[in-house]
Amino acid sequence: MSPLLIGEDLALIRGGRLLFERLDISLSQGEAIHVTGPNGSGKSSLIRLIAGLLKPCFGRIVRAEAVLADEGLALDRELPLGRALAFWTGPRLTQALAAFELEELANVPVRLLSTGQAKRAQLARAVASAAPLWLLDEPLNGLDRKGAGELDRAVAGHRANGGAVLAASHLPLAGDWRSLELGA
Amino acid sequence: MTGRLIRREVRRGLQGAAWLPVAFFLLVATIVPFAVGPDARLLARIGGGALWIAALTAALMPIERLVEPDRADGVLDQLALTGMTEEAIGAAKMTGHWLTFGPLLLIAAVPGSFLVGLDGPALGRCLISLAIGTPALAAMAVAVAALTAGLPRAGALAGLLMMPLAVPLVIFGAAATGDSESAALKLEAAVALLLVAGAPFVAGAAIRASRT
Repeated sequence: MSPLLIGEDLALIRGGRLLFERLDISLSQGEAIHVTGPNGSGKSSLIRLIAGLLKPCFGRIVRAEAVLADEGLALDRELPLGRALAFWTGPRLTQALAAFELEELANVPVRLLSTGQAKRAQLARAVASAAPLWLLDEPLNGLDRKGAGELDRAVAGHRANGGAVLAASHLPLAGDWRSLELGA
Repeated sequence: MTGRLIRREVRRGLQGAAWLPVAFFLLVATIVPFAVGPDARLLARIGGGALWIAALTAALMPIERLVEPDRADGVLDQLALTGMTEEAIGAAKMTGHWLTFGPLLLIAAVPGSFLVGLDGPALGRCLISLAIGTPALAAMAVAVAALTAGLPRAGALAGLLMMPLAVPLVIFGAAATGDSESAALKLEAAVALLLVAGAPFVAGAAIRASRT
């Protein structure tokens, strides 16, 4: 099993506050980690750090190609959903639309989507890519029970195909996750 | 990805407000004769400079829509995750912005020139100097947009930042409209080249710095 993510001895300071230090994290194919912790403990920052959008104050990160689903929708509001998603050219766009039952919304402009629909579209953007490492920040926010089930199936399928998932969420996630608690 | 980003910028520009800078440019050019009076000789003498001021102020108009919406919506983050460098994002945005700004402004410069009393060879010199200048104006607009992205009152701040930066360009650009013998056109081209070459790096560094 080749590792998809190795983070060694990570430390991050933000706004003059030490969020975590001496943090080791690693993910191999098929593995998944659920990052938990109270508000402000650095869950989202850890995800952005691993995505490469923040620089660690200490330590090093080596990772495979990754996708990020955080609070940013990153879809052009004026376009129909199908075309907006196609900008990111996921090779598995059709499957991703099917996985989150978005086919019927493909012709609906992104600006008209509801919160839950937008969240599913955002997850579909991640799922459509062929990247082996998924970084999900609060993936359950705004999802109804059906949407959460679709996410669980997508995650399980991705892991079965040799992918890995790092998710930060204050809600319990279904399935078998390794837990990483921040701010403990 | 770069090609797709350029196409997206062009599409968004044309769907959105690409005509706004052009309309603004023509309005300023219309106001000049009202402000300085109908003296054709005086108008022709200051016409080139007036058009340059019109072009510079028109270039400020789209700044707020160039970078900030993409930063707020996470598009810049997603582009970075596809492996695109921030400098490449800046260069692609500059190219896409110029394609919706430069050609339209040049077309508008023809009626604009008549409004301020330029015709014949002066019109030609004015169009050449604006053609060389618009890529630099577009590059500065993207760089300043990246620098002010996420700040409160970014639009006003962008104007304060961009006007002084554009002084050398306006000096040589306006001089090139007036005199075909001088080296102003070459100097304008040199300044424009410097701005176009430097802007992606400024925009890239600003995009990285704006991440929180």
